[in-house]
Amino acid sequence: MSTYYTEDHEWLTVEGDIATIGITGHAAEQLGEVVFVELKEVGDSFDQGDEMGVVESVKAASEIYAPVDGEITEANTVIADEPAKVNEDPEGDSWFYKIKLRDPEQLEALMDKAAYDTLIA
Amino acid sequence: MKQTPLHALHLKLGAKMVPFAGWEMPVSYPAGLMAEHAACRDGAALFDVSHMCQVELRGINRAVALEALVPASIVTLQEGRARYTTLTNEEGAIIDDLIVSNCGDYLYLVLNASRANVDIAHIEHNLPRGVGLVRHYEDLALIALQGPAAAKIIESIAPVTANLICMQTAAQSVDGIPMRFSRVGYTGEDGFEVALPAEAATGFAERLLALPGVTPAGLGARDTLRMEAGLCLYGQDIDETTSPIEAGLGWAIQKSRRTAADFPGAARITQELETGPSRRLVGILPEGRAPARAGTQITAADGTPIGQVTSGGFSPTLQQPISMGYVAAAHTADGTQVTLMVRGKPLPARVTPLPFVPHRYKR
Repeated sequence: MSTYYTEDHEWLTVEGDIATIGITGHAAEQLGEVVFVELKEVGDSFDQGDEMGVVESVKAASEIYAPVDGEITEANTVIADEPAKVNEDPEGDSWFYKIKLRDPEQLEALMDKAAYDTLIA
Repeated sequence: MKQTPLHALHLKLGAKMVPFAGWEMPVSYPAGLMAEHAACRDGAALFDVSHMCQVELRGINRAVALEALVPASIVTLQEGRARYTTLTNEEGAIIDDLIVSNCGDYLYLVLNASRANVDIAHIEHNLPRGVGLVRHYEDLALIALQGPAAAKIIESIAPVTANLICMQTAAQSVDGIPMRFSRVGYTGEDGFEVALPAEAATGFAERLLALPGVTPAGLGARDTLRMEAGLCLYGQDIDETTSPIEAGLGWAIQKSRRTAADFPGAARITQELETGPSRRLVGILPEGRAPARAGTQITAADGTPIGQVTSGGFSPTLQQPISMGYVAAAHTADGTQVTLMVRGKPLPARVTPLPFVPHRYKR
């Protein structure tokens, strides 16, 4: 199991060909208190960089971008029902999607934790 | 980027700083926007509003001179009273909105930071001989304490404020420091704005923040509070294309001025007072949870575009999205069903009277 990070402040934890996706603690903190989450549906397919949902705080709206190509196998409707949970545990229980990877090689271009920590330092 | 006299205090309090109208301002503190917002509705919130431009008009004919530029009665404004008004242009649109106070020897104006240079050029260009404008650049700070607990706190520091009601102002020295206390604000709550020398600002703010129930609040909470109160933000809800009547500010034009019709843009404004404007600023309640922010297109039930959202977001008090926007006159009735186009998706919403949260001014 490895975790990757993107410049759009998303994380992916990969097990086999399934990646769990969420926004980083840094992103959640920068956004402020989340009040609205709009998720795409199970079965929806995305190319890397496609918009795949929206997260809004009291201050601003921000898109979620597909970090890699894939198809949604699970969407975390808990955060759509209770958006504030995104701030409570952004890198744990408050994940957004599980997706089936279409091109695992794309992971190699993403950042590891050390590189991401440098980015946000 | 300009910094207010409280800049170091903001950093010490852990504020997140953002650029705003050329100033580096706190958008929120570690407590977070929601808690800051709640503090203002339930207790007392302290805002640094030193970026706003404080100006004095001096000279015998100062009231007549200012009255020529705004649709409010200034000549009849008694000493110790304040009035909300707008600088209007010849087209009857809004150059800026401001609060004018009669301080006895001079008129005291508080202008929006984003409009200060435009306003001052406009006012100075139109001043008659013998009336002068003094701009307080770096010598004065302005601190707002807003919320149901604010008045008691201010009264304990400045007893002169005990008998003031909303839109009244008085000067008093505190520990030898001259301060002006005005029972005004822009949150919908009772409260004060305190003008004081820049060098005394940090000490005064720290003294207030040391009191139980006083929470520092940033521009983020200031925005959600004023939206709930249905108050216009210059550059979003009002600008040089909107008239005071369209913006629902007709209450700020006194009867004698309507009759005299002797202010800039009087032709359009009196016409709109008589026949109603072609569009009007209304409150809009989206039915779902998605906020509809500034720029969102508003359409009628049949898809016809009828207007645009000018301010929108999430209301911490109501725990639901709220928006303000202009819609064509035929669609302004309370309860009118409209559609908001958010990210290409039509969301049902309805027109509702402003404010969203009732004002609680001291009358």
